[in-house]
Amino acid sequence: MARASFSQATWLVAEREMKTLVTTKGFWIGFAFTIIGLFALTVLPTVFGGDDPKVAVVGSAAQAVQGKALDVQEVGSVQEAADLVRADDVEAAIVPDGAGIKVLALNSPPNDVVRELVESPPVELLAASAVTSGQRSVTVIVFGLVFLMFGMGGAAIAQSTVTEKQTRIVEILVSTVPVRALLAGKILGHTILTLGQVVVLALTAPIALRVADLGTLLGVVAPALGWFIPFLMFGFVLISSMWAVAGALVSRQEDLGSTMGLVMLAVMGPYFGVQFFYENPAVLKVMSFVPFTAGVAMPVRLFAEQAQAWEALLSLGILAATVVVILLVASRLYTGSLLQTGGRVKLAKAWAPAE
Amino acid sequence: MLTVRGISRSFGDHKVLDEVSFDVRPGRMTGFLGANGSGKTTTMRIVLGVLAAHGGTVSWKGTEVGPQNRPDFGYMPEERGLYPKMKVREQITWLGRLHGVDRVTAERNTDELLEDLELTGRAGDRLEALSLGNQQRVQIAAALVHDPDVLILDEPFSGLDPIAVETVLDVLRKRAANGVPVLFSSHQLAIVERLCDDVVIISKGRIAANGSREELRTRHAGERYEIVVAQDAGWVRDVPGVTILELDGPRAVFEAEPQQVLRTALDRGEVRSFTPVVPTLDEIFKEVV
Repeated sequence: MARASFSQATWLVAEREMKTLVTTKGFWIGFAFTIIGLFALTVLPTVFGGDDPKVAVVGSAAQAVQGKALDVQEVGSVQEAADLVRADDVEAAIVPDGAGIKVLALNSPPNDVVRELVESPPVELLAASAVTSGQRSVTVIVFGLVFLMFGMGGAAIAQSTVTEKQTRIVEILVSTVPVRALLAGKILGHTILTLGQVVVLALTAPIALRVADLGTLLGVVAPALGWFIPFLMFGFVLISSMWAVAGALVSRQEDLGSTMGLVMLAVMGPYFGVQFFYENPAVLKVMSFVPFTAGVAMPVRLFAEQAQAWEALLSLGILAATVVVILLVASRLYTGSLLQTGGRVKLAKAWAPAE
Repeated sequence: MLTVRGISRSFGDHKVLDEVSFDVRPGRMTGFLGANGSGKTTTMRIVLGVLAAHGGTVSWKGTEVGPQNRPDFGYMPEERGLYPKMKVREQITWLGRLHGVDRVTAERNTDELLEDLELTGRAGDRLEALSLGNQQRVQIAAALVHDPDVLILDEPFSGLDPIAVETVLDVLRKRAANGVPVLFSSHQLAIVERLCDDVVIISKGRIAANGSREELRTRHAGERYEIVVAQDAGWVRDVPGVTILELDGPRAVFEAEPQQVLRTALDRGEVRSFTPVVPTLDEIFKEVV
């Protein structure tokens, strides 16, 4: 009789995992939220902050606002201007005050309006960067969130493993195909799905940036994004093998919480680490070589032009080597715990050679 | 032939299987009997490689059973389970392909099985939407979809209503008739009595009895006979060496060397019947366990 080869078995498992996941509503809702969220993060600041402040101007004060980035509405009297301010129709009113002008505002000084009216001295940047600190923090948040989201998405692997243990279909699967094919198929399936989502995000990101009129930023983000994808994929494989073990150690969905902690830490760690320390180059540099945090830290350093290409390659190499080691460890733990039922399997027992 | 030789297994200090040996012959339905905890499921799990043995071998057609020939086995585990959210037809086809059957064949086999098991109408439903009895039938289909060379079924009839038992039985008999050895465990002795060709009885991890159903019955018939004569059979108790088990007018059930009794009976008059009393599996079971 024909037999499924290891790769066929792996692919069949992967195919089923993907099919199962894409037929759940949660998957699409989560994905839609990510896309909408990323659009919002890039587009909204422009939408809200993009318009010139509205001001009312009286008489001779009009000269003071000529050529300034203000949305000017001329009114006949100071009284009328003050009414507009009170009604919140304008942010401020600019009225004559003796020889000069005076700004009327409701309850706080209108800094953006005042900034336009003041003659600012020319500024020369000695270390000009294509990336402003604001753009950098947005990038840190975006890279961090994407990593967090896909990392947590890997929990589906743990769930699918527990389902197999809980329903005991695992006995049929194990008597049919090698356990390693099951593990490989799960990781492969979820990695392909994640890669698919990342590609969609990578294709929509430029659109979002154009909509937000941040086309110049695109040139800066693109290389970092190019680096982010391999880091994200390796990081995902690393985390998904851990998710698989977390699932194999327990026998019921209800117990999954007890084994997910460490994996959650491995997912959240890079996110919070980079959020907290991205302005500390030394810490960021260390994190960019540690496999678990490298996925976010290195692309952020590349984006901020703090890292050379060789550093990225070295870090990617370390990450890839770690992936291999973790996969081997996970494969043994997975095999050792998959058929153990009843309560949580201790790591040492899962590691022990089969009786 | 599936050959199990000297299988042992312990869980901690508890020896669950002790040198278990038996054969499952091609084309035969072999009933695997035993009380709860006697080692039936452990034996089946070892045959399927789900559990490791601590000694002994399992071989199929002379080759030790391993990952290379195990996909040819069909297995129905004691604890039922398939993917609850996967559709019936899709699920069975997928399992067939996992066993190495190409997609077209897997789909054709699935459709035939669903037809035979009267599940065609539920093919597009998720497994969890089916009643337990129907889920059980799907489980049978899952064990059969790849046209297995050997069938190992743990309690295939538990949870089925009498009509479903017949349906499933037809499907299994068809396989056996095609030369597939079928090993099925059960604690419902009446069902086994009716269905199986061969019987293996396991008790406390050891094989207590083993052979064809008829052979076992004859072997365990012992020296028990029933005689029906024309007049009162009361005289039988006076024949030397006879132990009377039942006495009811012209009918007597006794244990003894039979020829002596028969000769005496013929001397005394008409003998209407004289038969060895064949025990039911139930009786054999109680005797050996």
